[in-house]
Amino acid sequence: MDTLTSSSRRRSSATCFDLRTVPLRDVNTALHAPGISGEFVIAHPDGAHNVAVGVDAPVKVTVEGHVGYYAAGMNQQAEITINGNAGTGVAENMMSGMVWVKGNASQSAGATAHGGLLVIEGNAAARCGISTKGVDIVVGGDVGHMSAFMAQAGRLVIRGNAGEALGDSIYEARIYVRGGVASLGADCVAKEMRSEHHKELEYLLKAAGFEGDDTAGYTRYGSARNLYHFHVDNASSY
Amino acid sequence: MTYTTDDRARLGLRESATFDRPTIAAIQRAAETGIYDIRGWGAKRPLPHFDDLLFLGASMSRYPLEGYRERCGTDIVLGDRFGKHPLHLDIPVTIAGMSFGALSGPAKEALGRGASEVGTSTTTGDGGMTPEERGQSKYLVYQYLPSRYGMNPDHVRKADAIEVVLGQGAKPGGGGMLLGQKISERVAGMRTLPEGIDQRSACRHPDWTGPDDLTIKINELREITDWEKPIYVKVGATRTYYDVKLAVHAGADVVVVDGMQGGTAATQEVFIEHVGIPTLAALPQAVQALAELGVHRPRASGGGTPHASGGPTRQEGRGTTGQKGVQLIVSGGIRTGADVAKALALGADAVAIGTAALIALGDNHPRYAAEYEKLGSAAGFFDDFQDGTDPAGISTQDPELAARFDPVEGGRRLANYLRVLTMEAQTIARACGKAHVLHLEPEDLVAVTIEAAAMARVPLAGTDWIPGR
Repeated sequence: MDTLTSSSRRRSSATCFDLRTVPLRDVNTALHAPGISGEFVIAHPDGAHNVAVGVDAPVKVTVEGHVGYYAAGMNQQAEITINGNAGTGVAENMMSGMVWVKGNASQSAGATAHGGLLVIEGNAAARCGISTKGVDIVVGGDVGHMSAFMAQAGRLVIRGNAGEALGDSIYEARIYVRGGVASLGADCVAKEMRSEHHKELEYLLKAAGFEGDDTAGYTRYGSARNLYHFHVDNASSY
Repeated sequence: MTYTTDDRARLGLRESATFDRPTIAAIQRAAETGIYDIRGWGAKRPLPHFDDLLFLGASMSRYPLEGYRERCGTDIVLGDRFGKHPLHLDIPVTIAGMSFGALSGPAKEALGRGASEVGTSTTTGDGGMTPEERGQSKYLVYQYLPSRYGMNPDHVRKADAIEVVLGQGAKPGGGGMLLGQKISERVAGMRTLPEGIDQRSACRHPDWTGPDDLTIKINELREITDWEKPIYVKVGATRTYYDVKLAVHAGADVVVVDGMQGGTAATQEVFIEHVGIPTLAALPQAVQALAELGVHRPRASGGGTPHASGGPTRQEGRGTTGQKGVQLIVSGGIRTGADVAKALALGADAVAIGTAALIALGDNHPRYAAEYEKLGSAAGFFDDFQDGTDPAGISTQDPELAARFDPVEGGRRLANYLRVLTMEAQTIARACGKAHVLHLEPEDLVAVTIEAAAMARVPLAGTDWIPGR
């Protein structure tokens, strides 16, 4: 951290950056430094894009405010908390670690993410969990249309309602919804909640701080696997 | 019996130009199967192309350079606009993106071997980066595709450049479909999908939708890689003038334009033959866009100071306004050194080859004639890359077929071919008096058809007429 500017400072045990005075480039460079550990605080993001992207270290990062696009993008190992709302593509392509949004998230939250946990305490907009490849996402409120579109693996928990075309063209990801579903997308169907699903859901809710939820109030959705092989008889389904 | 041409003439049998035999066969096939035809390769229809252009070799008004004696440089620099570490390639011919999945592991390895031997780059494809490809590629461009199959930040950091793919010439506006027979355990694992299912590659990126978003996305990739890697933007040729301008505004270091002759591993025939524009039509549009933004290399767009010799200097790396340049890579139907030279003369900084590279590796080789015929095809016609039955072991995931292909021998063949392309381009450049292949310019070219003259924006041979000017 010796190379940081004088605008970054340590607050208690955390290293602090004020984005009003420290360029984002310097902040991300610091977060990419080899062998880093400990805690970092990023103040005054003021909707900046690409905050704390590409982090690959067991660090804790707290962003004090709203962020723009792709916050915590491609995260590996880090625990990143956003005390505000997040723009498009928060935690996109996350590989591991955790991203926690205290507010709402815009569209494509957790897009294509392979691993880790994304928690959105508020609502998530359209395409939440699009093309996921193994991430777990827990949304405290509602999700917008086309959520879990082409989702390949991982779990998406929705404590509120889901918009239209939920799980369109879904592969092997599992969706749990407590509220209503405006409509299901192509090849997405409601499925039985077996004991392993209650257990899995309970684990995810607890990890996201919603352990008080009754898993019996949730419905599981997933792929009917009817469209896994292209066939002309299914042309009207696409 | 089969009638000869003379028999048909004698009997008065006249084939319809509208309903010719391939058309009749296509209708019959559609009626029998109820499904459209999916195939590999690129557009097969006749199109205005580089064949329709000719070089004006030196004579009284131009001095040629001595073949086999006087130096004609071929080195290029790609991606020095914002990337800290641009690619310095020895030749202006690169290998286009082709996926592991579409191609076998040994075939991908051979592409890396061949490209590295002559100092140029190869490119990943859908499905991510394989260790054998990274290991054998001196310069590896990592494609960032809508599906994000196998997308891994560790691989991004290992790449030498990143190519954000918006489309490809064979199917601009379309995604892809890797059929189940090619989804082996390894391919499935890399793509996080069940083995053996038909795997859809998305046509749109999942987390951005337009040029303003692309700006932010490119900046994200730069931030993640600490602004070290050049970032390319690849588009299929359609509204090329506008797409190139938008790509430059979004911050691209390099723009890749893929014409409709560009190949594919699996796309609907109707898409391949009817969507997009020819490479020849797209290239001048791209150059115009770069020139108007002041980021095209000076000579080919008519500006700058001629240089007597040597490779592209820092000065030449800048556009006409003094800004750092954005390089243009053109692909789609590049086959010969003449094609390379013509593309460079029209303003490209480099070309990319895909189909031609596969042919160099051994695709469609006559040695497999009998096996192609068993598949209902023939050597020189085989385009069923989607089926995974390639006797040459290139476009397959069948372990037995893939084992037929020797990546070392394939790499050697590719390196040979790349050397020939380069020497042919140098031969033409010297004849035009150029000490570097990038010194070729539109003034060196004429067209032999009105269509080509209009598209390439060079005069019809023997005239000073450029249609539309």
